[in-house]
Amino acid sequence: MESLYLLVPLSVALVFLIGWLFWRALESGQFDDLERPAQDVLADDDRPK
Amino acid sequence: MTSCFHCGLPVLEPGRHRAFLLGAERELCCVGCEAVASTIAAGGFERYYEVRTRNASRVPAPSDGPLIEEPPNGEASLILERITCGACLWLIEEVLRRTAGVREVHVNFATRRAQVAWDPAVATLAGIVAAIRGVGYDACPYEPRRQEDAERRERRTALWRVFVAAFGAMQVMMYAFPAYVDEVSADSLQVMRWASLLITLPVLFFSCQPFFAGARRELAAGAIGLETPIALGLAAGFAASAWATLTARGEVYFDSISMLAFLLLSARYAEGELRRRAVRSLDRLLTLVPRKDLAPGTSAVVAPGERFPADGVLLSGRSSADESLLTGESRAVAKRPGDAVVGGSVNLEQPVTMKVTRVGSDTQAAAIARLAERAGASKPRLVEAADRVARVLTYVVIAVAALSGLYWENVWVGVAVLVVTCPCALALSAPVVLTRAASRLLGHGALLTRASALEALERATDVVIDKTGTLTEGRLAVARATILGRLDEQACLSLAASLEATSRHPIARAFSGMETRPVEAHHAVGEGIEGRVDGRLVRIGRRDFCAALCGSSLEKDIPASVFLADESGWLAAFELEDRLRPDAVAAIARMKERVTVHLASGDREEIVEDVAGRLGIARWQGAMTPQAKHDYVERLQREGRVVAMIGDGLNDAPVLALADVSFAMGAGADAAQLRADVVLTGNSLQAVLDAFQLSRKAMSLVRQNLAWALAYNALALPLAALGHIGPWEAAIFMAASSAAVLANAARPLEIDTAWKASTSSSPSRSPSYS
Repeated sequence: MESLYLLVPLSVALVFLIGWLFWRALESGQFDDLERPAQDVLADDDRPK
Repeated sequence: MTSCFHCGLPVLEPGRHRAFLLGAERELCCVGCEAVASTIAAGGFERYYEVRTRNASRVPAPSDGPLIEEPPNGEASLILERITCGACLWLIEEVLRRTAGVREVHVNFATRRAQVAWDPAVATLAGIVAAIRGVGYDACPYEPRRQEDAERRERRTALWRVFVAAFGAMQVMMYAFPAYVDEVSADSLQVMRWASLLITLPVLFFSCQPFFAGARRELAAGAIGLETPIALGLAAGFAASAWATLTARGEVYFDSISMLAFLLLSARYAEGELRRRAVRSLDRLLTLVPRKDLAPGTSAVVAPGERFPADGVLLSGRSSADESLLTGESRAVAKRPGDAVVGGSVNLEQPVTMKVTRVGSDTQAAAIARLAERAGASKPRLVEAADRVARVLTYVVIAVAALSGLYWENVWVGVAVLVVTCPCALALSAPVVLTRAASRLLGHGALLTRASALEALERATDVVIDKTGTLTEGRLAVARATILGRLDEQACLSLAASLEATSRHPIARAFSGMETRPVEAHHAVGEGIEGRVDGRLVRIGRRDFCAALCGSSLEKDIPASVFLADESGWLAAFELEDRLRPDAVAAIARMKERVTVHLASGDREEIVEDVAGRLGIARWQGAMTPQAKHDYVERLQREGRVVAMIGDGLNDAPVLALADVSFAMGAGADAAQLRADVVLTGNSLQAVLDAFQLSRKAMSLVRQNLAWALAYNALALPLAALGHIGPWEAAIFMAASSAAVLANAARPLEIDTAWKASTSSSPSRSPSYS
């Protein structure tokens, strides 16, 4: 069970890292328009010409 | 009947309007749709028809909008209108990309706004707006509010709070799990408790901030509501768990409180999103008051086609104004010196001089915009009931926690009581349902400004419709043409259209969409138009005006409003009629199945009788003063009826306020006076029906949820007080009660649209990937 002493702090660090990443994404405006990406898939014209 | 390939409305004259789209000849309903469909095809944007999920909205007959001021820097923000689905936004973006001179386009799909930058040497804003109009939408430049920045901040912060709580809760539950299922050594347990504490810190001190702020507000106001018990449960749970971690004795509730925070914050985020959307949909009104630099008392010259820059009084010049956006009155209002003009309305005919009386935020248009702030400010009585329950619950819980703690001589029993009875389910029960209902309604063209409206709607027994204008299109059309001279109907209409094409007067719109010839016209305000068409001097307008040209008076008494004559004699008389809204007949018929429909109008008796007759409304009364309408509604209410009122907001303020629930047509609203609970943004009466239907479903869900939440607390409180509930039972109880309420709230809130099928069978194909 000694590994817990390493793994638990690691997981805590990971939580804060992921939190920071999400914050970056949020600040860059990635979540300001959540409807567009869904529509872009349909509007993307990838049919053979 | 075939339906229009573009907008889905029935095609009344098959074969008249058509376009070649997606490899076949398609039927279209009107000139507007035909023009737009051809533009889309010509531009190579036919893919729009493949990817769209809803029909386009009907394209109105072409008309000039107000003049557009060119910004000097070649950048503008636009509010896009008549958007029905994402494909519309895609189409607009594509069209703008291919407009010459446009450097950058960004369309935000969520807010339905566009940012455009262009090269002022090549393109103009007017040209850009024209390009958007060309494909059937409308755009309106606006000054991005400073609030908009604040709004984005608010949204990001709210999302950030939800995420921190969500991720924290997930992780803390992982740490809690081993402790619940196996024997874990005390040391390992302690490591995990410390980790939980660390992760719960941001959840509590950052994410849960709104609850503590709310509780402080409630305590300061001396009115305990839902926030106080929530904050109390969170704080007590955290303090006790932190103490237990530090001293390595006792129980920890980190998982319960972080999960609780996550559930409540998600519900709150959804509520906030909806509120922000409601506020945005009223932004259009802000665009109406463009000038802040005018001072009251100064005078300003307004050219035809321009908006009046502020509220004021006309000093000189005679013209008419289109106040439809502000008042819903779609007929032009004649303006003479001394008349009041409303900032944001459009000057239609002649240049005039006005004296400014109110500017900026004092104007009527600004007052309408402020309406939005009231959205969500009031609570339905049932939600207030939840608040009252919460108040009692708070006292009971504190007392029970203290007593049971003392009785068992164990502080952990007291903590368990506080954590378990935290009214999560109670707090979720109403807002989740109401938010869903309001958001569904917004999609159907009804903006709820007061959540309490849903409750009154459910009980409504009578609908009083005020103004025939809510039932008719408010746009004149030629109903009958009587031929008086040598020319046939087609020729007369063409002459009339050519003359009227030079005017912005609403009567002129009755003739739009017909073939026109170039004409040199002279406008006589309030009289008519004179002009030379193909060398022939023609006048259109009042009887006397035409009689003066042809030199003979008309002997027959013709019930017409517009006459046409040339120098040699009378040509034609046109009877104009305000057509019934296409949806009014069906909507009124449906409404009659549930409630008693009344028509109480200030219009002339015969107009009201005619409209009531055409719609089959048995209870009608015309020529009513606002006072008479007020008495009418009051009489109904004394008889114990619950009255819903549909009006357009102008000078109906007392009646709208008196009615139990009120609807206002969204196109108009006299700001300061508007007291409507529901604004019909789509101007469609169907939305009223939708609101009726939805209110019943939503309120029954709210009631069930409140019952659930109370039953849960009634069960959990005694169990906790008896010392039967530890941390893991608390976590399960909490999750189960919230899940039950959420699952119930998530039950379908569908609006039965079967009856609409007759008007909107969908001709658009589903997306294809071939």
